[in-house]
Amino acid sequence: MTTAPTARQGAVGTAHTRVEGRDKVTGAARYAAEIPFPGLAHGWLVLSTVARGRIRALDTAPVLAMPGVRTVLHHGNAPQVATDYPGLMGGKPDPTAAVFQHDRVPHPGWPVALVVAETPEQAREAAEALVVHYEQEPHDVVFTADHPRARPTGGFGPAVTEKGDLEAELAASAAVVDAEYTTPEEYHNPMEPHGATARWEDGRLEVVDSNQGTMWVAGELANLFSLDPSAVRVRSEHVGGGFGSKGVRAHQVAAVMAATVLRRPVRVVMTRRQMFSLAGYRSPTAQRIRLGADADGRLRALEHRSLSLTSTVHEFNESASAPSRVMYDADAHHTVNSVVRLDVGTPTWMRAPGEAPGSFALESALDELAEKLGVDPIDLRLRNEPERGPVSGLPFAGRNLSACFREGARRFGWADRDPRPGVRRDGRWLLGTGTAAASFPAGAGPSTAAVTAEADGSFTVRINAADIGTGARTALTLVAADALDVVPDRVRVRIGDSDFGPAMIAGGSTGTRSWSWAIRLAAAELRERLAPDVRVPPEGVTVRSDTTAALGALTQRERHSYGAQFAEVAVDPATGEVRVRRMLGVFAAGRIVNPLTARGQLTGGMVWGISMALHEEGVRDRATGGHYGADLASYHVAAHADVPAVEAHWVDDHDPDDPVGIKGIGEVGIVGAAAAVANAVWHATGVRHRHLPIRPDRVLLAGAPDA
Amino acid sequence: MSSAPSSTYSAVTLTVNGEKHTLTVDHRTTLLDALRERLDLTGTKKGCDQGQCGACTVLVDGRRNLSCLQLAVAAEGREITTIEGVAEGDGLHPVQEAFLELDGYQCGYCTPGQICSAIAVIEEHAAGWPSAATDDLRPEAGPPPLTPEEIRERMSGNLCRCGAYVSIVQAVARAAADRSAAKEAVA
Repeated sequence: MTTAPTARQGAVGTAHTRVEGRDKVTGAARYAAEIPFPGLAHGWLVLSTVARGRIRALDTAPVLAMPGVRTVLHHGNAPQVATDYPGLMGGKPDPTAAVFQHDRVPHPGWPVALVVAETPEQAREAAEALVVHYEQEPHDVVFTADHPRARPTGGFGPAVTEKGDLEAELAASAAVVDAEYTTPEEYHNPMEPHGATARWEDGRLEVVDSNQGTMWVAGELANLFSLDPSAVRVRSEHVGGGFGSKGVRAHQVAAVMAATVLRRPVRVVMTRRQMFSLAGYRSPTAQRIRLGADADGRLRALEHRSLSLTSTVHEFNESASAPSRVMYDADAHHTVNSVVRLDVGTPTWMRAPGEAPGSFALESALDELAEKLGVDPIDLRLRNEPERGPVSGLPFAGRNLSACFREGARRFGWADRDPRPGVRRDGRWLLGTGTAAASFPAGAGPSTAAVTAEADGSFTVRINAADIGTGARTALTLVAADALDVVPDRVRVRIGDSDFGPAMIAGGSTGTRSWSWAIRLAAAELRERLAPDVRVPPEGVTVRSDTTAALGALTQRERHSYGAQFAEVAVDPATGEVRVRRMLGVFAAGRIVNPLTARGQLTGGMVWGISMALHEEGVRDRATGGHYGADLASYHVAAHADVPAVEAHWVDDHDPDDPVGIKGIGEVGIVGAAAAVANAVWHATGVRHRHLPIRPDRVLLAGAPDA
Repeated sequence: MSSAPSSTYSAVTLTVNGEKHTLTVDHRTTLLDALRERLDLTGTKKGCDQGQCGACTVLVDGRRNLSCLQLAVAAEGREITTIEGVAEGDGLHPVQEAFLELDGYQCGYCTPGQICSAIAVIEEHAAGWPSAATDDLRPEAGPPPLTPEEIRERMSGNLCRCGAYVSIVQAVARAAADRSAAKEAVA
């Protein structure tokens, strides 16, 4: 048949249920560890019980004699892998995933062995029975703001940015805020644990995995095992959450090693407890902010110093001063990101890396400044809207923060707010409201896509996207339908397969923007090729695209999503309990592709903000270096009862320079959310909480105003 | 197989979604692993394997049950319903329908557990069971209004890390309202 376009309304911008929704609500959607393989063996990782030292010996003989055990892989017998290749961000890759290469233990929970057996029960018991002898060495896992080994470091921007005379501007200011803020270790905890099955088929390595980018994982596995990239295929169809944690990890590498040694498929799944050691986490931060302003609120001085930690084997920088480099300008503007290396696992990206903890400090400090000046917190922010990027000097490509605040204030009822703290009661509860600004970079990465016009009049899009719960599969279906000028039902989008070619990962809120760009390029060319009377051959007509050149041609601008966060809390001064009563966020996030799923992305981020403000805290035992309570009972993430009415709205946000017009929405929802809650707690109680989470004991110890 | 081959295995007959399955299982096998690894019913999810997340929730004799905390050998003679068996025929259960329409999920991994829990929550509420959010606990008070607070309290054993709680609660409320409307129409 021919493919004459039919006049129709656009799909982008209207609500569509998820294309894989039926599979997800019926249990038919299969995640990585749920694909059956004949002859499958099960691997169970064994992690170090010491924080630092050397493996002296492993008593493998009794374990190998246990029922069903097929092998025990460790540094003495595992295949060698390469680690001197460029990683995802250009630098050296984190060697944490290169398991069993030496006898060193650089941090607690370091993988020391993989036990492979016929059944998961056999593998687990054998792994727990494996005795490992260590030569223990002293460790340092204690993160402090004044750690002597801390030093400034780059990565995600420069280590230091500086302009103006900070001390002079602070001295000339009518009001000054000088405060320290801390955020704890936070753990991604996607509901689906990391799991991978590896097998060799006709000389090709096949891995079924749960990740945020199959090309990323395939590329790293090819590098690690010195394979031609075409000899590795990684698939990841359904992903049960990632939040930054699902890249290359020990489980995939261990599974490939075992499949290579045993010549059969091997599956390795992390336990929830192991995820706390192997899946990455958000570094704790210690931040100092100094703000100085004129009496009318104009900032004269802004200093944001952030310290985070990293492991001894790899540097990751939780650059928490990032929001200060974009949000507010000042005559004197200084920012520093520092890290300290400790005997702990390597932290990694976690939903809004840098911006989430950084915005807690910055937006709390703005609230403190508003209090000192007697200026409304929203007015203070609007008076400091910069013309250009404070550090980059680039113009903004649309900065709709003020529209977010105006709309948010209207919907939330901000105008009626009494600014005095500690004066509202509802029975035993003290009530307060707070606000904060949000921003997150709107980036894109080079991507390829293939769009095929099928002979039956339908279209198939192949793009190596990942849908980790974002609704990307559905959003891309709508984008493709509009680009092809057909109804979404005629478009099938296939994702999560490294054989589809290079594409951006699901990370940094860049996925939907990057992938949509590639699909639109391919679709436009395909439509040109399909003149109204062209007959499509049985094999279809396929056009491939690559956005590398188009991205390079994009004008340099400060491109970001923005948001205004509002929270109302109730604080019980007798128990220290803080309850969020409602939250409202208004965002400027470019073109909203699918309002149904977009709302979930934004409110989901705000729920993370509640969780960050009140609950999440990874605590280390100084003696062992390990975690207290590495599980979902001790590491509490917000549950149903913690989450009240949470609303997300958006304003029109258009960038005329941008051919796609889509910005990311996965991360901006958490930015500023914890600060809005903390600012509301101050408004309720009159007490500033500068250390997260705002636990009941902290509320009790901090006291409450005289009521 | 009627007799156990060794002291660490037993034959067990599990009734799942109305079908009987006789298996020889390792005594250490949880009901969750029996469903996923032996019966290929992978709709029931393993989120933590220690009873803290609710992803493995199934219905056992109509009541919510964490299948990761139950040994398969202890589940003999019970009626087990998994996400694959909650709907009649090829249609969707009203709770599934509501989750789909209102986007009561994101990554989908906690979803089968949320749906199984929600089905039981609606029944528990209709039967008059109170929760920690219920104000009037007198037996004669009858079922409290199924407010968002009631739903949140009753669903709190099911974590959703994507934070889709807002739309999950809306979906449960809609399914519960549809159920009581249907009951009223019959009555």
